[in-house]
Amino acid sequence: MGVITLTMLGSLTVLAMVGPALWGQAADRPNPSAVLQGPTAGHLLGTDHLGRDLLARLLAATGLSLLLAVAATLLGATAGITLGALTAVVGVRTRRMLGALINLLLAFPGLLVAMFFAVLFGAGAGGAVFALAVAYAPGFARIAQTLAAKVTETDFMAAARVLGLRRHRLLLRHVLPHIAEPLMLNTTVAAGSTLVALSGLSFLGLGVQPPSYDWGLLLSQGLDRIYSEPLPAVAPGIAIVYAGVAFQLLGEMLAKAAARRTRPRQMAEPAVRPAHVDRTASVDQVLEVEDLRVAIPTAAGVVRPVRGVSLDLRRGEIVGLVGESGSGKSLTALAIADLLPEHAKSTWRANRFLGTDTKSLTRKERRRQLATGMAVIFQNPASAFNPSLRIGTQMTEAVRAHHNTPRAEAVEQALTELQRVTLPAGHRLLRSRPFQLSGGQRQRVAIATASMMRPDLIIADEPTTALDVTVQRQIVDLLRRIRHDDATAILFISHDIALVANTCDRVLVMYAGTIVENLPAHALATGTRHPYTRALVESVPDMTADRTHPLRTIKGSPPDPYGEISGCPFYDRCAHRQDRCAQERPVLSPLGPGHEIACWHPLPQAQREAEEAAK
Amino acid sequence: MTTMSARLGALARHHPWAVFCCRRAARLIVSLFLVVTGSFAMIRLIPGDPVRAALGVDAAPDLVAAKRHEFGLDQDLLTQYRQYLRHLAHGDLGVSLVTGEPVADLVRARLPATLLLAVLAFACVLVVALPGGLIAAVWTRDGRRPRTELVFTTATSVMAGMPDFVLAAGLTAGLAVSLRLFPVSGDLGPQSYVLPVLALALAPTAVLLRIVRVETLKVLAEDYLRAARAKRLPAFSLYLRHVAPNTLTASLTVAGNLLPALIAGTVLVEKVFAWPGIGSAMAQSVAAQDYAVVEATVLVLGAAVLVVNLLVDLALALLDPRSVIRKT
Amino acid sequence: MSAGLALHDVTVRHHGPFGPVTAVDRVSLEVPDGTTVGLVGESGSGKSSLARAVVGLADSCSGQITVGGRQFRGRGVPDRRRLGQQVQLVFQDPDTALDPRMTIRQTLAEAAGAFVRLDRRTREQRISALLERVGLDAPCADRFPQQLSGGQRQRVAVARALAVDPAVLIADEITSALDVSIRAAILTMLRDLQRRMGFAMVFISHDLAAVRSVSDVIAVMYLGRIVEVAPTEDLLRSPQHPYTRTLLDSVPNLRGGWRSTAEPLLAGEVPDPAAPPSGCRFHPRCPVGPNRRPERDICITQDPQYEAVGRPHQAACHFPPTADDCPPHARNVDPDANGDRAPRIPRELPS
Repeated sequence: MGVITLTMLGSLTVLAMVGPALWGQAADRPNPSAVLQGPTAGHLLGTDHLGRDLLARLLAATGLSLLLAVAATLLGATAGITLGALTAVVGVRTRRMLGALINLLLAFPGLLVAMFFAVLFGAGAGGAVFALAVAYAPGFARIAQTLAAKVTETDFMAAARVLGLRRHRLLLRHVLPHIAEPLMLNTTVAAGSTLVALSGLSFLGLGVQPPSYDWGLLLSQGLDRIYSEPLPAVAPGIAIVYAGVAFQLLGEMLAKAAARRTRPRQMAEPAVRPAHVDRTASVDQVLEVEDLRVAIPTAAGVVRPVRGVSLDLRRGEIVGLVGESGSGKSLTALAIADLLPEHAKSTWRANRFLGTDTKSLTRKERRRQLATGMAVIFQNPASAFNPSLRIGTQMTEAVRAHHNTPRAEAVEQALTELQRVTLPAGHRLLRSRPFQLSGGQRQRVAIATASMMRPDLIIADEPTTALDVTVQRQIVDLLRRIRHDDATAILFISHDIALVANTCDRVLVMYAGTIVENLPAHALATGTRHPYTRALVESVPDMTADRTHPLRTIKGSPPDPYGEISGCPFYDRCAHRQDRCAQERPVLSPLGPGHEIACWHPLPQAQREAEEAAK
Repeated sequence: MTTMSARLGALARHHPWAVFCCRRAARLIVSLFLVVTGSFAMIRLIPGDPVRAALGVDAAPDLVAAKRHEFGLDQDLLTQYRQYLRHLAHGDLGVSLVTGEPVADLVRARLPATLLLAVLAFACVLVVALPGGLIAAVWTRDGRRPRTELVFTTATSVMAGMPDFVLAAGLTAGLAVSLRLFPVSGDLGPQSYVLPVLALALAPTAVLLRIVRVETLKVLAEDYLRAARAKRLPAFSLYLRHVAPNTLTASLTVAGNLLPALIAGTVLVEKVFAWPGIGSAMAQSVAAQDYAVVEATVLVLGAAVLVVNLLVDLALALLDPRSVIRKT
Repeated sequence: MSAGLALHDVTVRHHGPFGPVTAVDRVSLEVPDGTTVGLVGESGSGKSSLARAVVGLADSCSGQITVGGRQFRGRGVPDRRRLGQQVQLVFQDPDTALDPRMTIRQTLAEAAGAFVRLDRRTREQRISALLERVGLDAPCADRFPQQLSGGQRQRVAVARALAVDPAVLIADEITSALDVSIRAAILTMLRDLQRRMGFAMVFISHDLAAVRSVSDVIAVMYLGRIVEVAPTEDLLRSPQHPYTRTLLDSVPNLRGGWRSTAEPLLAGEVPDPAAPPSGCRFHPRCPVGPNRRPERDICITQDPQYEAVGRPHQAACHFPPTADDCPPHARNVDPDANGDRAPRIPRELPS
């Protein structure tokens, strides 16, 4: 596409430059003996009413047509962008007034405004250019305004204001560079439509006046004899379309270049696979996943956010999955729920949900199993509900689709569920739309929706991160109640280690796509044995610890998610590393009752814990 | 000041619709004022003498003076403006400088044909672009079917770059003159509508197709769609119930902007097809330098655009009540 | 009055969708030099609006703002420039706080040269001194923000704020977007910088534990008002305002577990700030207020705000707890205590 675009643009430029020189004379030479001829060998497009060669006129008109279009576009763009960008740096009142003005001007279609001003400025090339500039300026102003508003909202603009930078500096240094790229793109596309509009004005007799001529005028003259001879009208039309499309494609190409995405590289299977560790199977098991891996091909290579996670959940158990950003906890959850983004690929050695291996199921059976057995609660209740559907519809659609529950019965069930999450006045709530509810209410509705299907497993992906701390506690209490009443297993994903310690029965600590420690929640504070978990716990500011005691910090950063990790992923940052850690990857293996750890050299038990154990 | 604005705030909270309608009405009045004043100013501000231009260069000076007096152009601007408004209020749009016929009659005779053309074209745009864009988005989501995507973007680019009047000329040449499938010009029954509507609708359809696709892709990436996927709803219900309504508001907002542009576009297309509408009347009077008619047609088209804008805004507000609250 | 930052009767209004909304209502607060006041509250409590108003970013702001004994008013560019020399703000999100098209060096140079003209050499010296101060290596200077980690970016943002040698630093949720292990480092750095440079600091956060670790005094905001101000340990040990108590009860604690709540948690939703409740703004949700105890109708009619002024431990409540009304809120002094949460073994549950 790029080649075609450049060829089209190149040919136009060359024609515009050399056209008048090469064909200008031929185009202006009248020939009274060959007036209004059709296409012949001598005159490929025929001749006009003065016997001038139409092909020569068409080619010679390129320069003027393009020049006027570019001039009008640049004029309009300069005026409009100045107006629009100014809105970013002026006061609130001025900004509102400018905005209202732009709105008002935009209410009228550009062509109509252009015709009005073309009449007002007087028919002629100059008048048409100015008229088009006036007509197109509000559009540019609007785009610049929208883009600039986005920049104004950013924190770096606020910081620049706090630094007391002056308006022109704000405009030149911070606003314009950020909006330049999309604006250039827009200007390119606009040049195409200006060319068309300009031809339109000439076509109406409001643009270029004889004896000058551009494509629009040629088209207009050709149209008068379209019954006898279509070509003199069609040829200028083709020229206009050709140029218009060329600009359009150029804009397209620039947009593509701005958001360039290269082809993902080939995915290579990871070489190292840790040894298989036998786990005691239990009848109570709801979910059992072994060696789960997720790979996402990107422009820069394959990211491996999850590198061999094994976990299991029993009925009625809340298990916390805790880790810092980039540890792969959310993708682990999405992979379990089969909700990974299209391009992400997940593999596993075993994935047993409700006792059946997913590999033994057909696609349809798997969907059915997930639909009825698993529910997901997402992080942001503000965006997890469809804004255009009523709460009632969204709560009942799953049972109605999968259990074929009649509507009335489903509503009845929804009311009961709402009662359970302490949302009375259910009827009114079911009729409301998501935006009418507060964040806490929405998350409670999300929990009610999830338990509508009586799922065996609820995956709660950071369900309280977007909420206030008082609401957080309510939500967590609700989840605990549901698992107690329904014996639902809950996988509770969070970055907040204190919250997980207070909420869950068991905690899985993730680091760099692996689970490094699996321990009872009450042991988090003092009973951790993995160096990473210990450091993480010690870095959490606390409500009770000595304030003057400095918090622990972990030096370095997590390993590159693109690279291969041969040894322990925490090796680079570990204070207790030894040679073996660099070469062999530790496997999650049992350490004590209910305690597993992926470390070759677990830390000794903390003093107090040891004393307790001795007792 | 504070209590005043607080009271207004309370009013807005309890009656967002009332406030929305008031604001919209205020905007309509301001824009109407703009249109009326603009059209009034047009004939008085153009370089040269419009009367002389209409009557011809060699018209007798006293004839010109008489005509000027007849139109009231020799009075001071304020009196003229007042008189202009008074005439407008009675539906009097003045008389043609050339033929002396009342312009209002001309408008009454020709406006329906123009509006019918624009509305038909708009309906075509919606019928093709709304489902088309949705399907295109679903097909090409997440980088699927890259070749289809390329064809789609290229085709819509070319279509969007195709000016209506050029397309009209091409269609006339191809389908009407050469193949004689359709009438070349004028309104000769349903067949005559095909070409003008096609010429008017093609480019806006392409524009809207792209917009609908982009909007749909945005919705497909939303959190709530992931939540709906987590419920494993059937595809039909997922796309029609969860995706389509959410793309509709944004798409129709853009479509609403296309309708006024369609009305303006009729001027050029009507000229090509010699359509008995208000656009061709305007084109003819531009050629004849009959600025009284140009002025009146600009006024009528501008007012039509404003009414259409109002209707579109109201329709959008009914469709998406949140936009009412957001805008007020 | 000691120098530093003093706010008196500051009111901040926004242009809401339904007319002006009072985000901060007649708030007074003092932050002496070299000390930190922690400002806590939930979303919508007005803490960020207050921060933005102090640095002149709010739509409309009335009341007195005094920095180092000098009063600041006016909203023009020169006023903002005078204020900017004294008060600087660090933002929550390090991803958007730095201009992505400027290198760290350019960002810092712009800030350092905002009020004084510097020649090239002094400027370079200043930049490397700033980087060193916030614990970044010199090579960082020529990188773009997107090439740095979140923690590093937040350090740059702090350096930019400190580039003008402000008397007051306002940190608005600066650790909220960061991971736990990085958060600790930023908190430690802030304490360290304050000790060395002696600026007054307002530390805004919803994370009570983080606030506790840096603040000398904590102020609790609810619906545009400060409901309680007290020295950190006083406030945590014996919170006087029922809202503060609920807040403290809600904070998960790694080493203690949640306190079992005798009082039920907050009822209802945060009221609309555009139409705040009469009297005490907390009364519709208050666990010890008129909803539970009908005789306490004074809460509905009378604003407790003014009686609180002047006490070292200010609580805007008509009924601060007495010894037997509510026992002193000792927050799990024994780190071994498990609170209410006995470890549950899943098998004990009904299945």
